Amino acid sequence: MSDAVLKVRDLRTQFHTKAGALKAVDGVSFEVARGRILGLVGESGSGKSVTGYSILGLIEAPGEIAGGEVLLDGVDVTRLKGEALRRVRGAKIAMVFQDPMMTLNPVLKIGTQMIAAVRAHDKVSRKVAWERSRAALAKVGIPSPEERLDAYPHQLSGGMRQRVAIAIALLHSPAVIIADEPTTALDVSIQGQILAEVRRLADDTGTAFVWVTHDLAVVSSLADDICVMYAGKVVETGAAAEVIASPRHPYTAGLLASVPAEHEPGERLPQVPGSTPSLANLPPGCAFAPRCFKAGPACTTTPPVQHFEGGRTALCHYPIESDSCPPPSSTSAAYQNAS
Amino acid sequence: MSAAILDISRVSKRFVKRPSLGERIAGAFGAGRKTEIVRAVTDVSLDVRKGEVIGLVGESGCGKSTLGRIVAGIYTPSDGQVTFGSAPVAKEQGRRTQKLTTRVQMVHQDPFASLNPRMRIGDTVGEGPVAHKIVKAREADGYVADMLGRVGLDPSYRRRFPHQFSGGQRQRIAIARALAMKPDLLVLDEPVASLDVSIQAQVLNLFMDLRRDLDLTAIFISHDLGVVRHVSDRVAIMYLGRIVELAPTPELYAAPNHPYTRALFESVPRVGVGRKDFRPIAGEIPSPLHPPSGCHFHPRCPFAGPRCKREVPALAPIGPGRSSACHLNTGGTA
Repeated sequence: MSDAVLKVRDLRTQFHTKAGALKAVDGVSFEVARGRILGLVGESGSGKSVTGYSILGLIEAPGEIAGGEVLLDGVDVTRLKGEALRRVRGAKIAMVFQDPMMTLNPVLKIGTQMIAAVRAHDKVSRKVAWERSRAALAKVGIPSPEERLDAYPHQLSGGMRQRVAIAIALLHSPAVIIADEPTTALDVSIQGQILAEVRRLADDTGTAFVWVTHDLAVVSSLADDICVMYAGKVVETGAAAEVIASPRHPYTAGLLASVPAEHEPGERLPQVPGSTPSLANLPPGCAFAPRCFKAGPACTTTPPVQHFEGGRTALCHYPIESDSCPPPSSTSAAYQNAS
Repeated sequence: MSAAILDISRVSKRFVKRPSLGERIAGAFGAGRKTEIVRAVTDVSLDVRKGEVIGLVGESGCGKSTLGRIVAGIYTPSDGQVTFGSAPVAKEQGRRTQKLTTRVQMVHQDPFASLNPRMRIGDTVGEGPVAHKIVKAREADGYVADMLGRVGLDPSYRRRFPHQFSGGQRQRIAIARALAMKPDLLVLDEPVASLDVSIQAQVLNLFMDLRRDLDLTAIFISHDLGVVRHVSDRVAIMYLGRIVELAPTPELYAAPNHPYTRALFESVPRVGVGRKDFRPIAGEIPSPLHPPSGCHFHPRCPFAGPRCKREVPALAPIGPGRSSACHLNTGGTA
């Protein structure tokens, strides 16, 4: 992709602890193009949220970005400081958090906060800022936006608050929005509404989204591309439809196989044995090897190599063969035996 | 089908928000601030048969957790009656209540909150059975080891504290604690909602194994339609305190009847269907403080007519073992 607005290259984020430096993000690379939605998928502790925070420079001590670059329209955001960073954040790249109350100030009216956010980057009158805020709320499908501008956050429902958070992120038509589990806390029917809006916004405004989530079903129905993380590393990338139809990495396959909706009711679910390893105590070789049904001798000793295939990658010694695809039944069987 | 072991009959639960001191003083001077009432559960009837797993599905505020807690004897119903075997739950006094409530055990959503952080997990699991004389104190250790083994944990872990376990392991401990009481009915309130996908599969498999081995009867509360389809024999869909549809699982998923059930199925994202055009349900979930008149779903329902605003639809049979609360089934919405 040459028209990528966001390029993350070999990003490394560490947290310094008594147990040593924990590599929460360990050499992560991906790209997002205009108007595309990238699903950044992983379980807890995989480093997906820290990756999102690192892109915006939201890492504080004892954490630090130890290497790599985050190119936003060709500018490395990790090298920006102070005023230069402030001018980028919120204007060119914005973030939506899981809990909208992290974004909203509970004691200020929505309008006050949005007008301040507009004027933080553009020298416009309050009247113009108010009008832009109203338009942003309307854009995310909030009914009677004038009244909402005059409301306090507690007067809105969870779904509405999350829409407001997305509207604030959209105020300056940023090139990229990083969204960290934005619909996880919402009900299914409200999540459906927000996913529909985001899809439309990406198509209409050309804003690229990095959608951080643990929910494969959300990624499957929302994202164009997918990036699967495990223990700080990207283990698989590719077009969302392709990765989900025939995963190459055994971890992706295991995750997909364990979704209950894809099985006959009552049937035993294929499960990935064991649990996510602690970053302080990663096994040598491939971090997934102890839980993997395909693991061979090389996996426990040598770090896996990147396997390329068309526009897809898999970080694995023994990626699942393409001609055996789609292997849900065989994968299921393999995981069944492994468990 | 075997006989019902639990009969929930026209149960309602209201939570009354009492005015604060300031509001009461204001009230005394004529500011008409009324007592607010949340109708968490309204007129719900449901029976659970021996060996059956009932899925209770709904969005936040639909009353599914409240209903679960009423069954477990944590809340007493404002109206109606819950009968367990032949004895009403929570109407009994003293020792009999104690005995009854131990027959229903609950597994809560958050295993980080439901386990006492200062108790060794062996004590957590063993405390109930010893107190209720299910085992003798000196046999408790072996009993606990057996229970931990049953949920797939190493019995040697019983000297450890909760913080030494992962989320999935803690949920297993919570299940072991519930099973140790030899309950006739298990109420599981969102038992896998806080777990990662791969760990969720482990816990669901454990639940299905235990169900087969111990012939468990359970109420499985969840907002996740996929999970409920997988583990339940029958499913009750709740909306704003009422059951709107009740059906055997295969029939419900093959052909949902109630407009809310259909809309809910429409808005669920699924793996493997590719990028889809969402057709989400319009509108917000109304507050249970001020539920809409008539059918609670009418402001969001594409089929709503004048009758839906006026009249509460009854949960009426629409087929063998199926019922639905919609005017469309009973003479239209006009």
